[in-house]
Amino acid sequence: MMETLALYLGYPFVRYALIVGVLIALCASLLGVTLVLKRFSFIGDGLSHVAFGAMAVAAVLNMTNRMVIVLPVTVVCAVLLLRTGQNTRIKGDAAIAMISVGALAFGYLLMSMFSTSSNLSGDVCGALFGSTSILTLTKGEVWLCILLSGLVLVLFTLFYHRIFDVTFDENFAKAAGTQVDAANLLIAVITAVIIVLAMNLVGSLLISALIIFPALSAMRIFRSFLSVTVFSAVISVTCAFLGIIISILAGTPVGSTVVAVDVAAFAVCAGIGTAKGN
Amino acid sequence: MPQIVCENASLGYDGKPIVTGLSFTVNAGDYLCIVGENGSGKSTLMKTILNLTPPLAGSIRMEGLKPTQIGYLPQQTQVQRDFPASVLEIVLSGFQGQRGWRPFYTKEEKVAAGANLKKLGLEGFQRRCYRELSGGQQQRVLLARALCATQKCLLLDEPISGLDPKAAAQMYEIIQQLHREGITIIMISHDVGVALADATHILHIGKHLFFGTKEGYLHSGIGRAFLSEEEHK
Repeated sequence: MMETLALYLGYPFVRYALIVGVLIALCASLLGVTLVLKRFSFIGDGLSHVAFGAMAVAAVLNMTNRMVIVLPVTVVCAVLLLRTGQNTRIKGDAAIAMISVGALAFGYLLMSMFSTSSNLSGDVCGALFGSTSILTLTKGEVWLCILLSGLVLVLFTLFYHRIFDVTFDENFAKAAGTQVDAANLLIAVITAVIIVLAMNLVGSLLISALIIFPALSAMRIFRSFLSVTVFSAVISVTCAFLGIIISILAGTPVGSTVVAVDVAAFAVCAGIGTAKGN
Repeated sequence: MPQIVCENASLGYDGKPIVTGLSFTVNAGDYLCIVGENGSGKSTLMKTILNLTPPLAGSIRMEGLKPTQIGYLPQQTQVQRDFPASVLEIVLSGFQGQRGWRPFYTKEEKVAAGANLKKLGLEGFQRRCYRELSGGQQQRVLLARALCATQKCLLLDEPISGLDPKAAAQMYEIIQQLHREGITIIMISHDVGVALADATHILHIGKHLFFGTKEGYLHSGIGRAFLSEEEHK
């Protein structure tokens, strides 16, 4: 088995997939802790559907570089969702549901009406559950991904304490003069960027798993914000790495294999947590 | 020396006034208790003091004190009760106003956070997990955070809600102690009895307004009416 693995690792496309997959998993897990604790888990889900809709538009327009449409549309929706979410909880919930199913339906409609592809259901399935596109990345896409992930990491490190402040207690943060709205905006924009990146890896229906599972697993065992954040990143990177390797060796779909490994990791962590009596 | 001066202010939100003609002064070292029925505008007043909502009319101003220098103890939210954070992480976040763009906390701030914990009887709790503490201990952690933000004035929003009688009594004792050390206390409370025992001044808001010393309140018509109403509950 090791020989097969070594053989595969010799191919650049496998190395690209591993680099991109690990970076995406790292970024998603960092933001995941905040999103789960702020009760924003569904924003990830909603935004990923929006990204699917935008991708459908880009596909219909036959654009070679789909990011040009997908990224701005998702960022704008993230900002809008956050704005409505601030007023009342119910309204925010409904807005997310509305936008996400709307975008999903609209995206499929567009694709089925205008797509020139002979394999429509294959295209849709790929966009929803992660296609083989992770294995067909070009060098440019890999660099773009490295650049954006680097940006996310730098921002997260610089604003780590600010993110803690607005996650733990918005009211106190406001009273202390912290720009809570700006911080929330930053979180929303970073989330949107990560989701667009992650569409390549797991497809739009499975992105939420990448965001919430590592955070929930870490929270089962660890008890400070820093250790939860760090462990969530570690667990996410490990799962993504294992998932991609397994999918290559076993010939399973990449996205769902990674998510399955995440789920298994959560089960293990939940078991450890229960044993420790948390 | 006056710290907060409120003159003929109208408070409310979306342009709808809840309280009108409100005037009061908080001097350094006062212990002001704000009482009133639910919905009388206590939380709106609090937000106005913290400079989060402007008054609709009139003015409220600080002297020798910035709004961000008020140590605020908000009511606990559901999110916080099971939040994975160490006590030190939470207490340090009290310095967020001073931290500004600096991406980390200084050694001095960490020492000061430990000192504030010690003051509130939580020495050595830095590494403990917040969600595993008792309600009274959690509240004291949040009070230690408020102390990191200020040396001058504390604004406490229902500091004993959800605490058992013993923890509540301990909380009041700590607040009284901080007051003796010269920190101005502004407290919103349902618990009129204890408020009257410790406070120096009372602000009653609602249909009728009262501001004055505790003794004045006990002899005023509005004070007696409110107290007998509370007793019959």
